[in-house]
Amino acid sequence: MNIDHTILTVLILVPLAGAVLLALLPDKGRLMQWGALAVTLITFICTLHLPARYDYSAVAGSFQFEQNHEWINSPAIRYHLGVDGLSMWLVVLTGFLAPLGVLVSWNTIGDRKKLFYTLFLLQQVAMIGIFVSLDLFLYYAFWELSLVPMTLLIATFGRSANRRRAAIKYFLYTFIPSAILLVGMLWVYARTGTFQLPELAQLAAAHNISSNNAALWLASLAFLVAFAVKVPVFPLHGWLTDAITEAPTAAVMVLVGKLGLYSILRFSFSIFPEQSRHIAPLMIALGAIGIVYGALIALVQKDLKQLAAYGALGHVSVVVLGIFTFTIAGIDGGIYATLNEGIGAGAFFILLGILYERYGTYDMRDYGGLAAKLPWMVTLFVITTLSVIGLPMLNGFVGEFLVLTGGMQSAVTHHTRWTVLATTGVILTASYMLWMIQRVFYGDLNENTADVPVPDVTAREHLALWPLIAVMLFMGIASPYWLRAIDTAGTYLAQEPQPIELPAAISTIVPQTSAAQEATK
Amino acid sequence: MPSASMISDYLWLIPLVPFAGFLINGTVGRKFPRPLVSAVALLCTALPAAIVAWLWIVMKADGAPEVLRVVSQPWIAITGLQIDFALTVDHLTLIMLGVVTGVGFLIHVYSVGYMAHEEGYWRFFAYLNLFMFFMLVLVLAESFLLLFVGWEGVGLASYLLIGFYFQKDSAANAGKKAFIVNRIGDFGFLLAMFLLVREFGSLDFSHIFQAISVNPEWHGGILTAIALLLVLGAVGKSAQIPLYVWLPDAMEGPTPVSALIHAATMVTAGIYMVARCHVLFDRSPYALGVVAIIGAATAIFAACMGMVQHDIKRVLAYSTVSQLGYMFLACGVGAYTAGIFHLLTHAFFKALLFLSAGSVIHALSGEQDMRKMGGLRKRIPITFWTMTMGVFAIAGIPGWAGFFSKDEILYQAFVSTNPLGKLLWLVGLITAGMTAFYMFRLWFKTFFGPERFEEHTDLHDHGAAVHTHSGSHAVMVVDPEDNHAHGVHESPAVMTVPLAILALLSIIGGWVGIPAAMGGHNEIEHFLGPVFSTGAIAEAATTTASRGLELGLATVSVLVVAIGFFFAFVFYYKKPGTAAALAAKMPALYNLVAHKFYIDEVYSALIVSPLLMFSRLFLGGIIDGGIVNGSGAAAGATTRGFSSLVRRVQSGNIRSYAGWLALGAAAVLLVMIFGRSIWMH
Repeated sequence: MNIDHTILTVLILVPLAGAVLLALLPDKGRLMQWGALAVTLITFICTLHLPARYDYSAVAGSFQFEQNHEWINSPAIRYHLGVDGLSMWLVVLTGFLAPLGVLVSWNTIGDRKKLFYTLFLLQQVAMIGIFVSLDLFLYYAFWELSLVPMTLLIATFGRSANRRRAAIKYFLYTFIPSAILLVGMLWVYARTGTFQLPELAQLAAAHNISSNNAALWLASLAFLVAFAVKVPVFPLHGWLTDAITEAPTAAVMVLVGKLGLYSILRFSFSIFPEQSRHIAPLMIALGAIGIVYGALIALVQKDLKQLAAYGALGHVSVVVLGIFTFTIAGIDGGIYATLNEGIGAGAFFILLGILYERYGTYDMRDYGGLAAKLPWMVTLFVITTLSVIGLPMLNGFVGEFLVLTGGMQSAVTHHTRWTVLATTGVILTASYMLWMIQRVFYGDLNENTADVPVPDVTAREHLALWPLIAVMLFMGIASPYWLRAIDTAGTYLAQEPQPIELPAAISTIVPQTSAAQEATK
Repeated sequence: MPSASMISDYLWLIPLVPFAGFLINGTVGRKFPRPLVSAVALLCTALPAAIVAWLWIVMKADGAPEVLRVVSQPWIAITGLQIDFALTVDHLTLIMLGVVTGVGFLIHVYSVGYMAHEEGYWRFFAYLNLFMFFMLVLVLAESFLLLFVGWEGVGLASYLLIGFYFQKDSAANAGKKAFIVNRIGDFGFLLAMFLLVREFGSLDFSHIFQAISVNPEWHGGILTAIALLLVLGAVGKSAQIPLYVWLPDAMEGPTPVSALIHAATMVTAGIYMVARCHVLFDRSPYALGVVAIIGAATAIFAACMGMVQHDIKRVLAYSTVSQLGYMFLACGVGAYTAGIFHLLTHAFFKALLFLSAGSVIHALSGEQDMRKMGGLRKRIPITFWTMTMGVFAIAGIPGWAGFFSKDEILYQAFVSTNPLGKLLWLVGLITAGMTAFYMFRLWFKTFFGPERFEEHTDLHDHGAAVHTHSGSHAVMVVDPEDNHAHGVHESPAVMTVPLAILALLSIIGGWVGIPAAMGGHNEIEHFLGPVFSTGAIAEAATTTASRGLELGLATVSVLVVAIGFFFAFVFYYKKPGTAAALAAKMPALYNLVAHKFYIDEVYSALIVSPLLMFSRLFLGGIIDGGIVNGSGAAAGATTRGFSSLVRRVQSGNIRSYAGWLALGAAAVLLVMIFGRSIWMH
């Protein structure tokens, strides 16, 4: 049997089975770490099957490695999985980051390892599920699932007494919009009788979801707000700093950006193409403001994690700006920048984590002059900084360049102005990152940390960081390798959706529920 | 006979070999003995220089193509936009390649001696090779974006090298400042590229310039916008008003770095870029006028500050800013050839001046203050003579390199169609006098008069002293084997030989551009003719009348230079103390200039501090702390009951989690059953 037809299920099942296995095994010695490492590595290797077997010549808008089985007859919920150029690399990224997350948690998580790694693997299940689900209901199940392990990880393994507050905040911020999202989804189902994304996209393109404009708008906002909070889009980022400050490194690495951004591209753009285009000017403005706002606040932070949190806000804002330009460059760049966010922020958070492991503080005022003592650490910090600030030949630049190019291509004059504002981000980002490097590593040794005897980057940490550095380089100089698939998806998303004239086919595929039939009467 | 197609295969080696050097020294260099580090670094600079020499021969041959182009892999490729790794070589590139690899190699050699006692020797050469890589990419690039790679990359190398003594706060600050101020320029460069993509759908030079050439009716408008944004980029990189502030601070780096990056090569990238884009600039007289005015203003402004500096390297730094202003001025009046000519001669004499200054500093175990020098001409004769050649060249003594290139610029400004042409010429002329003054001031104060330095009989640790003289703290460990006491000393041959070669070039370097009016052939004009398509025009314009004018203007500028020399001679040799007395008479004016017009303070007070204050208090405090987080906190407070549930969730109790799922599922069902009727029509 061809594994192409089951690979996506395998990708969900492997970490799920791993989670169950870890829950059953005794928490002895390093068993949990090794177990989690093995599971995540196997998952990662499986994800590599996708780019290896991906058909780059496939028609835009089609899905690959598809699985489509009936699950529940009424309501019509199907087990429908598939990936395209938008989701494929996100799945691979999720697989890629997980073993690194295990490596950096190796010693930092001492107690309740079983709980930690079980939750960690469940989180991975949820994320992969989100990226591959093409049935709204199935997607929503994974979406909700992604919320719980993260909340528990923050609440249980946070670093300070503030962790519970941070966890509650995160939970409330994401749960309430998710509940509204559910209402929106059910309304869509009620109108169309299907949860299948490809069919919904067709219906939307033909303006067949609903003729009630107000209802369409409300539903589209239910989708968009839920996703925007998860991204987070300025000014919905209230949960961000507390969650990032508290969450353990492995959790922070996957906390920001990709789930929400992917969901906007996949669901908001497909089901509500018109509404998404109408709201685009607002989102572009919020994106541009978010870039500058995040960078400016990062500039005045004294806490490294807070700095990273506001920096992350700035970086996801770049993506928001890009995708809502509805230009090919903007959307391609946005998807690319989403991957970059995972890589660059991942490396940055790992580095902050291992610094914290050594000195027990994120306060920059306690640092200084460490470059001479920790030469490898400073080297890795500088390379990561260069990626984050978008130095050409590293990954960050490609995404940022394409996004801003897209912003400028947009024909509307005020988009040009927002693009100009967003471009000032290149100055501000460099400012806060280089200032951070200076305060931590240059100048005099700080008396608070000068005498702490610490090792430079250890072999295990090297192992966690160099893959990221390598990817930064490759994504910086060989972007067509990734952009090939992304561009197909990006080009498709940038166009006005065209309804395909297949009335007969649609009527046979769409299981007409009683609700939908009623609606059409 | 080597053919053009053959050498194309080797073109990529020019930048990639130094990159290999960077990788080798940057990764395992730490464990190498010093001779091996320098061998790697020198080899990786000499090889590209050799390829460039070969390239030069090929391109000069009869029937050789005027432009070589190599297209490799695509770098960024999406629907509607493709950017390749593509290199291009024309005569302009050849000159730049010659300067970068030639002067670069000499400075590498010099550094072997200068840095011999430094900790982090491997790091220094790794960065230096990294710089060579990016600089060569910059000049070879066939597209704006690849040029930008080099552009940002040299900024990175500059950042790393300025901050080479990173334990010193001032060095770390200077590195950061250089990078950030350059980023302000890059902001303009990026916007220009976005506009270019929008207007042309491409960033390839050939494509864009071709499109402009075949549309002679395109003028001003969006082209002016693009040109002005590019100028912003050039202003940052080439340290022009208002972004010049990073360059004087960049002197915190080791002296060979100042010579290579902050005098001969990197800072001229802005001029190179404007010259490269001359097709675009020619269509926007407005943008060209801005370039000319910025150039002239920077030239005289920086010269003012150069006249009162006491630190030998800072005098040279301001002089670099001022000379770059000349090149800007040349480009701004459309005399790109003159600008590139001055770029070439300036690379020779300014590298020479910096390296000689380094030799002086070396001799004085790290002293950079000219008030503590004097009388050195007999103690370090080789350095004295080489420095003298540099001073003559920059001051514009007839026959030396700077004379021809500077006069060409002044002449071109005078005859330009720019309505301000005469004024620009006058500013340039006065600057020439000031240049002669401050350079001879440096010359007299350093090499003549009484010896004001203390005989250093302490450890031979000039390197450590270079970066500790300003009184911070001793940081670098010096090899104890090397501690031998001696006083003021001439530098070793590894340093003086490059000095001698550069001194020679500072004399004869200008002979390639002797104008017809003085009986020369102005070879550089012909050489660059195909690039700027000016060869024929220039020849036609050389009438008898214009020859007379050219000679007349040259005579005037020689006179002005003589006046500058005379004042320096009186103030600093004949009657030392005159300058101090004069300064005491006008304390306000003197202080204003001595404090560099308080520009750094003004920027800090008007831009940096308010921005930080705004971010901290308004954005961070009111908006983020108050509204964004406050609303979240309020939401949390109103759901106290809810939070007790969440507390059970956090306890890690799997059962409560299952309860949540059940609750969620129930909610789903409820909404499904009742929700339908709500939205039905």
